[in-house]
Amino acid sequence: MENNRTVGTPLSRLEGKLKVTGAAKYAGEYNVENLLYGYVVNSTITTGKILTIDSSVALALEGVVEVITHENRPKLPWFDLFYADMDAPPGTVFKPLYNDEIVYNGQPIALVLANDFETARYASTLVKVSYKSEEFQTCLDDHIDKARDAKKGMATMLKPPPPSPTGDFEKDYARAPVKVDSTYQHGTEHHNPIELFATTTIFEGDGKLTIYDKTQGTINSQFYVANIFGLHYKDVRVLAPYVGGAFGSGLRPQYQLFLCVMAAMHLKRNVRVTLDRAQMFTFGHRPPNVQRLRFASEVNGRLTAISHQAISETSRFEDYTEVVSTWSHKLYPAPNTLFEYKLVPLDVYTPVDMRAPGGSTAMHAIECIMDELSYKLDIDPVELRLINYTDTDPSTGKPYTSKELRQCYLKAAEQFGWEKRNPKPGSMKRGNKLVGYGMATGIWDAFQFPSRIEMVLDKSGRVTVNNAVTDIGTGTLTVMTQIAADELGIPIDMVTFSYGDSRKPFSMFQGGSAMTASTGSAIIVAAKLLKKKLFKIAKSMKNSSLAGVSEEELSLKNGGIAGINGSWVSFADLVIHNKKPIRIKKMTMPNMLKLKKYSLGTHSAAFVEVEVDQQLKTITVSRAVSAVAAGKIINPKTARSQVLGSMVWGISKALYEETIMDAKLGKYMNPNLGEYHIPVHADIGELEVIFADEKDDMINELGSKGVGEIGLVAMPAAIANAIFHATGKRINKLPIHFDELFESEGYTPLMA
Amino acid sequence: MNDFEFQQSATTEEAIRSVSQNENAFFLAGGTNLLDLWKYDITHPALLVDINHIDASDGITEKQDGGIQISATLSNARTAYHSIIEERYPLLSKAILAGASAQIRNMATNGGNLIQRTRCYYFYDPHLPCNKREPGSGCSAIEGYNRIHAILGASDCCIAVFPSDMCVALAALDAVVNVQGPAGERSIPFADFHRLPGDTPDIDNNLSHGELITSIDLPPEGYAQHYSYLKLRDRHSYAFALVSVATGLALDGNRISSARIALGGVAHKPWRSVDAEDFLKGKPATEESFSTAADIILKGAKGYKYNNFKIELAKKAIIRNCLMALDPASQVPGAGPSR
Ligand SMILES: Cc1cc2nc3c(=O)[nH]c(=O)nc-3n(C[C@H](O)[C@H](O)[C@H](O)COP(=O)(O)OP(=O)(O)OC[C@H]3O[C@@H](n4cnc5c(N)ncnc54)[C@H](O)[C@@H]3O)c2cc1C
Ligand code: SF4
Repeated sequence: MENNRTVGTPLSRLEGKLKVTGAAKYAGEYNVENLLYGYVVNSTITTGKILTIDSSVALALEGVVEVITHENRPKLPWFDLFYADMDAPPGTVFKPLYNDEIVYNGQPIALVLANDFETARYASTLVKVSYKSEEFQTCLDDHIDKARDAKKGMATMLKPPPPSPTGDFEKDYARAPVKVDSTYQHGTEHHNPIELFATTTIFEGDGKLTIYDKTQGTINSQFYVANIFGLHYKDVRVLAPYVGGAFGSGLRPQYQLFLCVMAAMHLKRNVRVTLDRAQMFTFGHRPPNVQRLRFASEVNGRLTAISHQAISETSRFEDYTEVVSTWSHKLYPAPNTLFEYKLVPLDVYTPVDMRAPGGSTAMHAIECIMDELSYKLDIDPVELRLINYTDTDPSTGKPYTSKELRQCYLKAAEQFGWEKRNPKPGSMKRGNKLVGYGMATGIWDAFQFPSRIEMVLDKSGRVTVNNAVTDIGTGTLTVMTQIAADELGIPIDMVTFSYGDSRKPFSMFQGGSAMTASTGSAIIVAAKLLKKKLFKIAKSMKNSSLAGVSEEELSLKNGGIAGINGSWVSFADLVIHNKKPIRIKKMTMPNMLKLKKYSLGTHSAAFVEVEVDQQLKTITVSRAVSAVAAGKIINPKTARSQVLGSMVWGISKALYEETIMDAKLGKYMNPNLGEYHIPVHADIGELEVIFADEKDDMINELGSKGVGEIGLVAMPAAIANAIFHATGKRINKLPIHFDELFESEGYTPLMA
Repeated sequence: MNDFEFQQSATTEEAIRSVSQNENAFFLAGGTNLLDLWKYDITHPALLVDINHIDASDGITEKQDGGIQISATLSNARTAYHSIIEERYPLLSKAILAGASAQIRNMATNGGNLIQRTRCYYFYDPHLPCNKREPGSGCSAIEGYNRIHAILGASDCCIAVFPSDMCVALAALDAVVNVQGPAGERSIPFADFHRLPGDTPDIDNNLSHGELITSIDLPPEGYAQHYSYLKLRDRHSYAFALVSVATGLALDGNRISSARIALGGVAHKPWRSVDAEDFLKGKPATEESFSTAADIILKGAKGYKYNNFKIELAKKAIIRNCLMALDPASQVPGAGPSR
């Protein structure tokens, strides 16, 4: 049987059935023997000190085994470096239960351990804590004046600060005939994957730990644990076979991992710590942000001056940064530029990357100001983008390895029916609804990380591909299996992709939409090596029909090796001849030498229709079309799911999602999914995804870029622009509440 | 969760006896609110008395006066989809279906819906001052994030709202709540069931400890010809009302012979104005009449930093919903504004 290639076909997720039937086990679902259940006690003040912490009532409860606090915790290293994980920003990593200091509201201050979860949770309410509160600052809006530059560190490599100014921005902006000056904002957001953060630690004795952790990086968690607790790397095994979403929140080890391992080692027992939904609001988040943009152009629409100044929140102890102010110049050429990015440290936990970090924030502002400019110029918004279109990256002067953004604009516009748009705000109606059309551009990185692959061919002819990477729900397992199967010319059921385990060869944490490009490219490189090895063995088989045939004449076929003369040897026979499984290991890095000459990026265009009720102003996203250019699409089904999910997220970011900070209390007030609004089915209209044809021989072995985030970046601006088109009102703060569209100055009721 | 006793009652009397003998006993119906409050460390029942197996009438029965009686333990979902409700009291059906989610409505009961507590953020955090949870501790919401709070009938002690949708319709329909307690049975007109916060915001309603809601009566007039329920909220489903309106109109030609308008999401109880309803009597069913009625309903409304918009929203919502009531077919699933 000739094997059909599966790359490019819409294969369903291989683990789909396990997931929907509940058979897939997550970190908090390993019911090992003698398990203790930990429940975290969190600080109820924002800053200050713990004066006393009294666990006696909790300990007296039947079933409670131990309460660990900063007072009775086992000895821990004091040196910060031991706590730094692979994604730690510059600063001092937070050390749970380290001392009596409270640095943010919700900080973990004790771990209650009991024989069952409910007892632990109840006992946590019986731990009596007295505090000395101090003053705090938690609201970005109130402290904009304290903005300062970000400290530099390791993280700066992936997130460089904005480039230096070019030309003379202020002068040109003053001169330019057409200009817009606008400020944009969004609030705090929390990732809220449905799977709660949890860790199960199996205390193996003899210094060994097996840990099921909710993480996007098994090796990151492994290093973190080994470093802090003084264990050999090889003795710490971290597994994450299934991850129920993470969206960035699992890029760094979270405090449940630390507490769980500490308790297991302290008590020499198996321990599980599961956070509850409210506790999901006590670690990383997308930081609130304020951006001022000034764009100027000639009357023909050509941009001459662009400035993007962004101010973002971080914690007092780490300088978390995002790439925000750099994006406009990666899209639009302008001789005069001025970019700034500053931080305001506040008494909150350190933010952490959340789906399309920085990019979704920036593109909201950039594409809204482009819309505003298009109205000042009286040029169609799509036309304005095309006037300023470029195949090179203006910020570096280098060409993109590929950029089919123009195709995205044109295909999506046509599919959407953009030509039916009457540009006049408020001019299109449907019954009681004002109808608005809006569009926006998306751009995102095309990262590739180092990845090491082990491939093993066994005597049944099966190939096992080993790598430590996780599958955070994106379809990694399926896609990697497809890539390996195609490259080796065997059906996908002859390939086992074995992953989610720190014992497997190296992978970075799963983020930045980089895994298909990273792990996938590494699989191709490894498969080529394996092929070579197989040819060599084939040729050396004395009695085989392939003996002595030259390599150019050999090819992979039907789970074996074929010569041009019709001769064929099965993989199984090769292994039998070899007397042991055939194995190769290979580290693949991005080809920096080649790529140095290019800029990399994925692109998209989103077109959105909203309906706004004429009197009540309620907003509905009735339909949206996104076109994405991301190189070769390995699996159109899982890729489409990624983009659909991102589009929904974009709707969420534009209209719903916000964590409410009560500045007086220094505390988030809606830490549950009832009040932290993410869209429900009723909020989602018709969504369409188009993939542009984009051929890219340069970028990596696969010719593929990631699609995990690009679908999100263009949506918020497209929605805000559509709302403007419907109502004539620009609301620059996300999420947009419908009542902000009221026209009047309010309504004064009659006196009582 | 603290340790507790659990009892399944076979009869109303037994359930009442058990609860009234223990200060910290609770009836357990669907559990959709009680268990949440427990998990959030707000309530700590010592005894749970499960009333789901009481073999009273668990359906809807026709009464001699032409009205109906709805069992308190019937689920919200079964009530909403019951043919009598759909045909004769569609306003109630629409209001119920605008609330919560399908799963919650399947569990939630009619009795529990009346007793559910506010969704004020500060009430749900046991570490913050809240006069409703901890009388005398203060109100964190008045100067806090009060987007979801009251504009009518609030006090300096509490500005929380009663979150039910179902009860807004019940208020509009002049329902009567039948209760049974250690001292016997009584019937409470709906308007007198819930309370305004005053200086005792810890008391939500006029039910005494140990009193069980057994059923809810509806009078014969169900406003089935001209009715509408409108719910405005921060997402299209599965969110509590910022403002909701239940309207029932009886028309005589183009003139209004009788009107009912109740608001949800604006006060500590479903809000009705007899003055406004009296005003509408005999008036033409026009936007102008409804606008004046809205002014009367919203008399004395007071907004706070984050919920001031509710006053304007409520006015617009009342007008729109009354217009929608003239053409009930204009209602859309999810109780949003008509197309
Ligand atoms: C996420 C979420 C969203 C929701 N959204 C909405 C919404 O949009 N609109 C809306 O209207 N509601 C909403 N609800 C609330 C829901 O309608 C109520 O929780 C439900 O009606 C309560 O009924 P229950 O039977 O589950 O009550 P339980 O939780 O069992 O009981 C609640 C209280 O009532 C008491 N009680 C129960 N039955 C009786 C009785 N017969 N006599 C005396 N006391 C009794 C109990 O002792 C307890 O104190 C939502 C709930 C949740 C969790
Ligand atoms: S509004 Fe009422 S429920 Fe909310 S904090 Fe104030 S007193 Fe408590």
